[in-house]
Amino acid sequence: MELIDRYFALVGFGETGWGALLLSASAMTLAVSVCGFLTGTVLGSIVTFMKLSRYLVLRWLADGYTTVLRGVPDLLVIYLFYFGGSAFLGSIGGLFGYEGFIGMPAFLTGTLALGVVSAAYQSEVFRGAFKSVAGGELEAASAVGMRPWPKFRRIVAPLVLRYAIPGLGNTWQLVLKESALISITGLVELLRQSQIAAGSTRRPFEFYLTAIVLYLVITWASSIAFRHLEARTMRGTRRSL
Amino acid sequence: MDIQFMWETFLILLTGVPLTLELAVTSIFAGGLFALVLSLLAVVGGPIGHGFTRGYVFVFRGSPLLVQMFLIYYGLGQFRPFLQDIGFWPILREPYWCAVIALTLNTAAYTSEIFRGGLQAVSVQQIEAARACGMSGPLLFRRIVLPIAIRHALPAYGNEVILMLKATALASVITIMEITGLAGKLIADSFRAFEVFIVAGAIYLAITFLVTRLMMIVEFWLSPHLHMRPPTLA
Repeated sequence: MELIDRYFALVGFGETGWGALLLSASAMTLAVSVCGFLTGTVLGSIVTFMKLSRYLVLRWLADGYTTVLRGVPDLLVIYLFYFGGSAFLGSIGGLFGYEGFIGMPAFLTGTLALGVVSAAYQSEVFRGAFKSVAGGELEAASAVGMRPWPKFRRIVAPLVLRYAIPGLGNTWQLVLKESALISITGLVELLRQSQIAAGSTRRPFEFYLTAIVLYLVITWASSIAFRHLEARTMRGTRRSL
Repeated sequence: MDIQFMWETFLILLTGVPLTLELAVTSIFAGGLFALVLSLLAVVGGPIGHGFTRGYVFVFRGSPLLVQMFLIYYGLGQFRPFLQDIGFWPILREPYWCAVIALTLNTAAYTSEIFRGGLQAVSVQQIEAARACGMSGPLLFRRIVLPIAIRHALPAYGNEVILMLKATALASVITIMEITGLAGKLIADSFRAFEVFIVAGAIYLAITFLVTRLMMIVEFWLSPHLHMRPPTLA
């Protein structure tokens, strides 16, 4: 009993509790994940267009992109953006005569790294979804005289999104878990905040355990959200399974 | 781009390859064994076994591996006197073993789901046929269920092996100098992120490529019925 009381004093919202900080750090985790995921959606759509292009060079480039980004540890990608971004900013600063070190903003690093990695996964999801759009629907759209853009906006995009939702849900979970790696750049998200709390109270076990619980709450809630979304977008379709 | 620098980087990063492979092989092997137990528990363990596996998979798949690693490496250090008493401290003191334990527990969760899928993909008819031939219990499992399940699970298992290979990079965060650890140090020292990234990425891609080829060979070898020569009359 005393153990539990002590634990809640540590992670609760009282005088000595870290509750508020942990919650705001969870919000930061969500924020960087959402920004990274959306960046990945935009980039991933571009890569998908390239994969479906009729030009071999574009297809080849897009396939290379997914192969590399899915075959290389995400930590390396984060290093690339963090240190590479700082070096890049430094050289721009040098052009204007500034010689000091310019650090890459941690949130931007996180968004870019998560976006570039998840774009590789999302482009595969979109490509698969596009393949499952029935050819007849595209033909019908052309038959009623839709030009490419209205056809894309009214027919292709809604159908692709519908089929892509389960895959996008998986990718979102990946992004969420990967966002913990951004802590090495110093962005105060859930893991970094737990590290800080663990360091200053010398109770790493309690704080990392709490972090795991908070991550579980987020992943659990988002899996429910995606299930509802899927059920909603699948209204009006008959499924064999 | 500086070829000389990249060559030196390559030579340094190569020294990290054995450690990466060691981490990956150890945890994939141990995690595979543990996953086998978990998936058997899920399929034949009754409601308690089923519930335990579900909970285990939920916790280890739903939270980041890095946090799991920190919980084991830093978190368990808090119980040092107790761990010393029961003799676990010499293991949990080493970052290497903490990384192996975290990777093992994590991959076991993913792999057990893959195995479960494979076991459930064995069709009822095949089991019925085996029973009709008089097989039951362990014999049926060893001769019929397990080989078919392994064949079903192999493609997904190959993906998991590659994911594990990438996951070993996280061990560098708890001071283990494998490929990514060395790369991170080189980048921090030289500030040439792009060159180091290219070299380290190429090494990882080469290993991944070898693993996928190896998996293709195993798959070919495990499905002789798909490429048998058609029987001839003469």
